[in-house]
Order: sequence, then C-alpha cells, then structure tokens
Amino acid sequence: MIFPALFFYLFAGVCIAAAVMVVASRNPVHSVLFLILAFVNAAALFILLGAEFLAMILIIVYVGAVLVLFLFVVMMLDVDFSELRQGFLQYLPIGALLGGILLIELVLVLIGWTVGPGVRQTIAAPIPSPASVLNTEALGHVLYTRYVYFFQAAGVVLLVAMIGAIVLTLRHKPYVKRQSIAEQIARTKASAIEIVKVRPGQGL
Amino acid sequence: MTIGLGHYLTVAAILFTIGIFGIFLNRKNVIIILMSIEVILLAVNLNLVAFSAFLGDLVGQVYALLVLTVAAAEAAIGLAILVAYYRNRGSIAVEDINLMKG
Repeated sequence: MIFPALFFYLFAGVCIAAAVMVVASRNPVHSVLFLILAFVNAAALFILLGAEFLAMILIIVYVGAVLVLFLFVVMMLDVDFSELRQGFLQYLPIGALLGGILLIELVLVLIGWTVGPGVRQTIAAPIPSPASVLNTEALGHVLYTRYVYFFQAAGVVLLVAMIGAIVLTLRHKPYVKRQSIAEQIARTKASAIEIVKVRPGQGL
Repeated sequence: MTIGLGHYLTVAAILFTIGIFGIFLNRKNVIIILMSIEVILLAVNLNLVAFSAFLGDLVGQVYALLVLTVAAAEAAIGLAILVAYYRNRGSIAVEDINLMKG
C-alpha cells in the first residue's frame, strides 16, 4: 500500500516545515499559529501510528487549551516584538552549528542502532489487536490499573500548576474594598459602640 | 515504501533539533523560547509513541500521556510567570531578567 507512506511524508513534511516557521517567523502570533499546524500534523502522525487517544488529546488539550493560552498571552502583552528580534542573525551561526552537531549525533545514533534481541520478550503491556480492543480502551485498562499512581501523580502536577498560575497572576487592587471576616468577628462592643451623653439644649 | 521505526525517529530528531535551534535563534524572546520547548516535548512524545507502536508495548503511550501533562503544566506556569514579570517590568526581554544576578 502506497497511501500510508504518502500520508506519512505529507504529515511529516508539513510538521517539520511548520516547526521551522515557528522559530523563524517574524510575528509571534504567526509563530503560535504555525505551532498549532505542527501539533495537528503530529496528531495525524500519531493516528498513523495507531495511537488515536493521544492524537485526540493532542488536538483537544494541546491545540484547544495550551496553544490558545499562548495566543492569549501573546496578544495580551503589549510588547514591541521587532525590538526583541534584534541580534537574530547574530545568534544564527552558533545556533546552526549546535543544531547541526546535535542532528548529526542523532542521525548517527539512528544509523548504528538496532532493537536488542531480548526486548520483545520483556514487553510490559502488549498492545491488543485493534479489531478487538480499541486504543482508548486498551490505554484505560493499563492506565487505571497498573499505572494508577502515575495517573494520580499527573493529577497532582496539574493541580499544583493550576494553583501556581493563580497565585502568580492574581493581584489585589489596593483601592478595592474587600470584606475582612476576621476583623468583623473580632469586633467587640467596646470597640464598636461609643456612648455619647448629649445634654439638652447643647448639642455635641 | 514501507514506513519503519527509523522514519518516525528521523522526524522526531529533526523536530528536536529545530527546537534547540529555536532556543538559540530567539535568545531575547521568552515566548518563542517556550514554544521551542513545546516543539522539543512534541519530538520526545513522537519518539515514545513510535517506539510504543513498533515494539507493541502500550506503556510508551502511557508515558507520552504523562509527558503531555507535564508539558501543559510547564506552559501554564511559564506563561503565568511571564505575565507577572511583564506587569512588574513592562518588558519580556531575556536580558532584563537579571535582578537575581549577584
């Protein structure tokens, strides 16, 4: 079948081109939009690999929440982005050098690497046949039983991130009056009421 | 024309390199640096899922799910720090973030 290969090259090519545009784009809003394109194509690659649940998570959670958060922050901050691009070409040679070295190393690893003979006997949770059990169901069977502590740890990570983000960005304006419950409860009769004796015909 | 594990690993390696390259290229812009980190994490996820699919082991996908969680938390915290910093200093240039330098 030629179609899977064709689609692989299509999605991989668009994904890599979009990733290049993320780092090379002049406008950060365009960068975020290209990042969305890269993630959608990566999700398509996940589907080609048979990981449908992760692909949907990538689109719904990542593109739908995280990248929109990026877009929101980029648009909210009123920053002169052209000023931040000063020295772009100055860092180009060192970045290209380091990136090239890294890519060559990774390709060398890929060339000189094979799956060890004992690996296939030590599989922890074999993927069931897609005809009988769907990917989402199989993932749930593994995630909610053997890896339930990791799942809960992930929940704690998200909770801490949520609390951290709220603590970092919440700010109290000084001119807004707020209710202080402790002060209200601690009020006594002596501090709250002042008795003034008013003599007739004199006033205060 | 069969697509093997090597093809996916090559795509992931190229994505990873682009992410590293982006961090160096946009030394001044924190937002693009955060986006480059997202690209790097995407490359890692692609590696995990490719190994999971070609070795027939589901644990790789579980691990990729956890990586996604951590990446989302990292993006949220990073952007929150960025917003708080922008409120205080009125700038997000990386060179200005040197108050704690001794």
